[in-house]
Amino acid sequence: MTKFNIKLLVLSFLLLISLRPLQSAEMVDPIKVDWSFKGLTGTFDRASLQRGFQVYKEVCASCHSMQYLSYRNLGEPGGPEFSEQEVKAIAASFEIEDGPDSQGEMFTRPGKPSDKFKSPYPNTQAATAANGGAYPPDMSVLVKARKGGANYIYSVLVGYEDPPPGVTLDDGVYYNKYMAGNKIKMPNNLMDGLVEYADGTESSVDQMAKDVTTFLAWAAEPELEERHRTGVKVIIYLVLLTTLVYLSMKKIWSRIDTEV
Amino acid sequence: MSEHEYVPKSKAGKWFNDRLPLLTLGAHLTDYPTPKNLNYWWTFGGILTFCLITQIVTGIVLAMHYVAHADLAFASVEHIMRDVNYGWLIRYIHSNGASMFFLAVYIHIFRSLFYGSYKSPREVIWIIGLMIYLLMMAAAFMGYVLPWGQMSFWGATVITNLFSAIPLVGESITTWLWGAYSVDNPTLNRFFSLHYLIPFLILGLVVLHIWALHVPGNNNPVGIDIKKPSKDTVPFHPYITIKDAFALLVFMIIFAGFVFFTPNVLGHSDNYIPANPLVTPAHIVPEWYLLPFYAILRSVPDKLGGVILMFGAIFILFVLPWLDTSKVRSAVFRPIYRQFYWIFVLDVLMLGYVGAMPAEGIYLVLARVGTIYYFAHFIIVMPVVGLIEKTDPIPMSISEPVLTGGAEPSLARKVNDKV
Repeated sequence: MTKFNIKLLVLSFLLLISLRPLQSAEMVDPIKVDWSFKGLTGTFDRASLQRGFQVYKEVCASCHSMQYLSYRNLGEPGGPEFSEQEVKAIAASFEIEDGPDSQGEMFTRPGKPSDKFKSPYPNTQAATAANGGAYPPDMSVLVKARKGGANYIYSVLVGYEDPPPGVTLDDGVYYNKYMAGNKIKMPNNLMDGLVEYADGTESSVDQMAKDVTTFLAWAAEPELEERHRTGVKVIIYLVLLTTLVYLSMKKIWSRIDTEV
Repeated sequence: MSEHEYVPKSKAGKWFNDRLPLLTLGAHLTDYPTPKNLNYWWTFGGILTFCLITQIVTGIVLAMHYVAHADLAFASVEHIMRDVNYGWLIRYIHSNGASMFFLAVYIHIFRSLFYGSYKSPREVIWIIGLMIYLLMMAAAFMGYVLPWGQMSFWGATVITNLFSAIPLVGESITTWLWGAYSVDNPTLNRFFSLHYLIPFLILGLVVLHIWALHVPGNNNPVGIDIKKPSKDTVPFHPYITIKDAFALLVFMIIFAGFVFFTPNVLGHSDNYIPANPLVTPAHIVPEWYLLPFYAILRSVPDKLGGVILMFGAIFILFVLPWLDTSKVRSAVFRPIYRQFYWIFVLDVLMLGYVGAMPAEGIYLVLARVGTIYYFAHFIIVMPVVGLIEKTDPIPMSISEPVLTGGAEPSLARKVNDKV
């Protein structure tokens, strides 16, 4: 029996190794941030989500689309939870192309909560052309689309440095400690005091990076809070049911001489 | 099979049962004499049935919202995640369910390997099981393509390109599979169609798998033939049903842990990047359950050779019942085979590990050693060990002393402890 257990240990150890994510040589491990949405019962920080949306709107949105989000999402439970009026006002601040109307013409109108987030460019090609040949990725699921998730996004935002001696950069290429290959075509857009937070929070680079990353984490997983809540209930229910079934099993098997 | 023919009590029941003996079947399934010493490794058959049903039910709902089109598939998955009621839950159950399905099937297969469940008279059960496993891999691969992310696209490109290794007609076959001159919309459409079809083929094979099982009855940890029914057996219901239910619930707790708390840990982050034929990901890796075969494929410098070895790694399992020369089923009584068994388990895990790594340097060496050992296990170890091994004394029945080496009850107890 002991021998068998040792084998099991070796096996589980190997399994763990095999599940360890791939490490690339030239990349520095992203900074580990103690996000409020981590863990089994993690939730988003509402105020941070609202500030993060502000950073997105005033800074990121000039190049990055978020095409899978609708303005109404901003008011839904588990998100930034802007009030209905605020959501309507945010939506109305964008001019959305609609149509064709009965004459077959396209027209623009103020946005409605049901509209998707307006993209800064009409298509991928236009976005790529306007950004020196590098497409600014859609940010709807960006946190899920990068190894390291929120930690990685935050690290890149605060990871701009002067290139080390010997590294020469082309025009429009920047040095970033955490980016794969250390070269990034997105300039360092954050500087202290760049946005004026509505809630009076000091807008340091670190604060803005954290807020916008929180916002992006929510955008990628808007179901996270409900998922965590439901998960805890489901596990509790299953553990109770398992206990009951275990006791029933013991009782049933006690009718015969065999251990179960 | 019960000794007494089942007769329904009610008149209506008898009338119906004379025309379609469904009630007899039900009675057979309830009474089915099962060895009473089955351990928890035997609960994975029931768990796998649960996995299949879960995948079919969640899959049918997902198909109501998914759009199989290269331009719309990725967006439709996001639509499911964001706008469909509990769409995130259904999709995460389905995507993690695939991993749980494979976890269970690997335990099921390795249980069979340890206790010799593939040996006479259960070869047909084993072969049907392998056909199910093959179809599972096909279904899982095509399912992974459907979200049309980067790994979907490039995984499909790598796997379909394998067929181009076939001499003379390879290129034509690949084009025929794609329905285009590269992986494109027609490929996605047919993969969706097949992904919906295969689970029902699996369901049919599962029925055959269970039918074939009910002819000789279950193997058991001691690996001996038992009289049925006897004091060595228990009726399937309630003894096995309650035990399966308990094991299934424990399994579901782990399953729920993945779904609710780390739903993406088993997937690849690149698959949340929409498919782009112009950008190749740095490392193209399949899902974890295909990694050992991926390692075998890449261990051969020649493309055709790699493809042959990869498929050979699966097809060699089909002839396993005839490669194993041992008269004794259970590895409990096979001291030498037992050691080789664990080495083989480690070998497959190592192949899985190097399958996730770049095919270079030490990983390539490990992959080659692992591949050679994989085949050596079946071609050399299995036949030779079966012939030269001196097996331990085997008990006459589950509850009686051993046949050889005297009839001391103490020895029998020792054997039972081991089991």
